[in-house]
Amino acid sequence: MAEKVSPEVQAEYARIHATPEFAALKAAYRKFVLPMTIAFMVWYLTYVLCSNYAGDFMGQQVFGNINVALLFGLLQFVTTFAIAYAYARYSLAKMDPISDELRAQFEREVD
Amino acid sequence: MSILHTALADDRVILAAEGSTSDNRVLTASLFGFVVLLTVGITFWASRNTKTAADYYAGGRSFSGMQNGFAIGGDYMSAASFLGISGAIALSGYDGFLYSIGFLVAWLVALLLIAELLRNSGRFTMADQLAYRMEQRPVRTAAATSTIVVSIFYLLAQMVGAGALVSLLLGISSEAAKNITIAAVGLLMVFYVVLGGMKGTTWVQIVKAVLLMFGTLLISVLVLAKFGFNLSDLLGTAAQESGQGKAFLEPGLKYGGSTTSKIDFISLGIALVLGTAGLPHILVRFYTVPTAKAARVSVLWAIGLIGTFYLMTLILGFGAAALVTGDQKQQIIDSGGNLASPLLAQAVGGGPGTTGGAILLALIAAVAFATILAVVAGLTLTSASSVAHDLYANVWKKGTASEKDEVKMARMAAFVIGGVAIALAIPGKNLNVAFLVALAFAVAASANLPALLFNLFWKRFNTRGAVWSIYGGLISSVGLVLFSPIVSGKGVDATGKNLSLLPENIDISWFPLENPGIVSIPLGFFLGWLGTVTTRSRVSEERFPELEVRSFTGAGAEK
Repeated sequence: MAEKVSPEVQAEYARIHATPEFAALKAAYRKFVLPMTIAFMVWYLTYVLCSNYAGDFMGQQVFGNINVALLFGLLQFVTTFAIAYAYARYSLAKMDPISDELRAQFEREVD
Repeated sequence: MSILHTALADDRVILAAEGSTSDNRVLTASLFGFVVLLTVGITFWASRNTKTAADYYAGGRSFSGMQNGFAIGGDYMSAASFLGISGAIALSGYDGFLYSIGFLVAWLVALLLIAELLRNSGRFTMADQLAYRMEQRPVRTAAATSTIVVSIFYLLAQMVGAGALVSLLLGISSEAAKNITIAAVGLLMVFYVVLGGMKGTTWVQIVKAVLLMFGTLLISVLVLAKFGFNLSDLLGTAAQESGQGKAFLEPGLKYGGSTTSKIDFISLGIALVLGTAGLPHILVRFYTVPTAKAARVSVLWAIGLIGTFYLMTLILGFGAAALVTGDQKQQIIDSGGNLASPLLAQAVGGGPGTTGGAILLALIAAVAFATILAVVAGLTLTSASSVAHDLYANVWKKGTASEKDEVKMARMAAFVIGGVAIALAIPGKNLNVAFLVALAFAVAASANLPALLFNLFWKRFNTRGAVWSIYGGLISSVGLVLFSPIVSGKGVDATGKNLSLLPENIDISWFPLENPGIVSIPLGFFLGWLGTVTTRSRVSEERFPELEVRSFTGAGAEK
């Protein structure tokens, strides 16, 4: 048996699921998360593969004792921070208003 | 070959204790005592506010995003990260840095795919979220099994490490001292968890994160100051002192050898990046905040803290390579790198024999000790919660247990788990069990992540798929390591030391890699798919839209 939920709550879930707002919320989520996840995974794997197989490239000195490998590694930090920040901005602007509204509707109906 | 494999548990280390004259030992011991008193005080305070099941399992869901972000950092930045990564950089240069990157990028998986959705759709454990649309008993049993296995592996690595580390830092190397340390760490963690529950554990982790960030920042600034804040000079000196020259600053010193070691590295890289978001002790942290938005904020804080911390380990590692010389350098090598940070602290404080050096060494040692305590507490709480909430309340009592009984069971489970961990860690203390951390990441990525992702994003997914992916990922990752060079067949090194766990005359190895992820993670996903398409569950599919509404909007989420 799955977890028990009252019919009243189930009906409200079904109603919300059918609203255009909910479809928009899911679409907004997908629009950001899907391409971004693919992008950072590819970017990270490129780094891992370069560390393994592109030694000459990674060893090139850029300035002083700073080489490509170090910059590439530091860039992984930069992109991680940047994607996290972009997601925070994006979800605040595009997703939170919809989910807040739908949750408020749910709480009016059920609680 | 990997730092996690050599981190913390090397019994070849015998401290020729130049840095630990008796005065220093007293200082270090008193700072350790201070850490213990502080955390015990926090636990007593937290225990007064722990009454309901939600208090015990999830700290009353009352932590702010920022507080939880610090606690996540405190839970995640283990001694293997703090001492292991800086040590690996000190010894192998750039290759040590590769770990930090996997450990950090992994947080994007948690941020984008897991944290908020899990917060909205679960209650106390990883299994809750699956059980919403699946058959309770099989999925909870499977999820609890994998939670306990992952947590115990991770726990053992930390406790054995604690034994080695504390005796190193206090300069005592007898077997009895190690046993006492392991038992003491075990008893402390049981105490935090039994009494303080999630509230106590969270505050211990927050305090530890603050201490760790402060300690590493202080040493990093002191190191950079020695080089006029010129990173290039630091790197140049490190490369020169390492005796490796330019190669020290490039990938390949550690993993660049054979094709097998390169594939092993890729396998590790995949497990690191996918494992974090499936680690049960990380997942339960998302339940300690009131809303999904707060869960998001906590991951953002965690990314900031953990990222900054790993950047500082880069400075610590190269700093140790550049600044620690002579006998101390040999001590770093003998400790497999684990003493790099403490001895660097001593060096930047004025060197061995100076008051400044002694103070900073003791400070960093105490930070490392706090680090271990906070991590083991989180792991014990997570497995105890899963025993009580999943196995006892829902599988055995079928949901009829009272909240009071459930919490009582969780406390008893914490005792038992602590006891088991002590009982396993003491005989295992001279084995190199630090590979268990990498294995925990591989199991989390192979068993837990596929089930979580399929459950959130695939309507057709059902009980059989969940059970197959969890057990399949768990058994394949653990099984492959059993037949890997870690367990047998690696032979002996130049000094005649056995490199595998089993005696050198036993060889059952046929799997060439030490990291199973490259096989077991795809297998976990494949089995989840196969189990799903070979059966149909009406309930699970009907429930999917409800789960979607819950996870995306937080409607009906636990408060």
